[in-house]
Amino acid sequence: MVTQITSFGRSGLYDWMVQRVSAIVLSLYTVFIIGYLVMNPELTYDQWSALFEATWMRIFTLMTLLSIGVHSWIGLWSISTDYLKATGVRFFFQSLCGLAMFVYITWGVQVLWGL
Amino acid sequence: MIDHSIDKNGVRVVNKKRPVNLDIATISMPVTAIVSILHRVTGVILFVGLAFLFYAFDLSLDSQEGFDQVVNALQTSFIAKFIIWGVVSALMYHFVAGIKHLFMDIGYFEELESGQLAAKANLVIAAILILVVGVWIW
Repeated sequence: MVTQITSFGRSGLYDWMVQRVSAIVLSLYTVFIIGYLVMNPELTYDQWSALFEATWMRIFTLMTLLSIGVHSWIGLWSISTDYLKATGVRFFFQSLCGLAMFVYITWGVQVLWGL
Repeated sequence: MIDHSIDKNGVRVVNKKRPVNLDIATISMPVTAIVSILHRVTGVILFVGLAFLFYAFDLSLDSQEGFDQVVNALQTSFIAKFIIWGVVSALMYHFVAGIKHLFMDIGYFEELESGQLAAKANLVIAAILILVVGVWIW
């Protein structure tokens, strides 16, 4: 019986899997960006903007943005269901988290595709 | 000690009203529990810290001036350095703990001894990475 209607995929098993797949995307992006910055200590604006103009980098970054959304939702959902026992408080907290995630994703898309 | 009573069928049952210890200061926190709660704490820090990363990301790709502003802040401002060090430190810890978690998913570090060893390794590796990031930033 489903008693938790706020979990990401309606099923714990699905959330478990999504959390791990998104974790792998996020870890690859972390290694890539840190590696890139370490290897380019004299980074210029032209180099940096050219990197994010490349289609593969936009795909990689958008994938990371969506992974941030689902990964943080599942993580914060788990934490809030553990510690926030009052339904109203938990719903309010989860709504704030959901809004923040939506803002992050939209903001990131706007930076990537700009005006 | 568990409190028992006899129900109407003569069966020994555990009393429902058992004492519950919610005094966090008296609950034992073995190294595995500390590593686990830090995974959660760093996750929350990252969620908040993302705002700074997104701001820097936005500014750095906005224009040459924005890019220079970000580079300048990261080279001269103590507060900017401290914030980025804090966020990247949380990321390093969360990253290491996440990899340990994936290993546990496939069946490693599940015994008391190996679990405690992996938890200690997690703390040591994360501490080294955090120091290296600090050196890199300053």
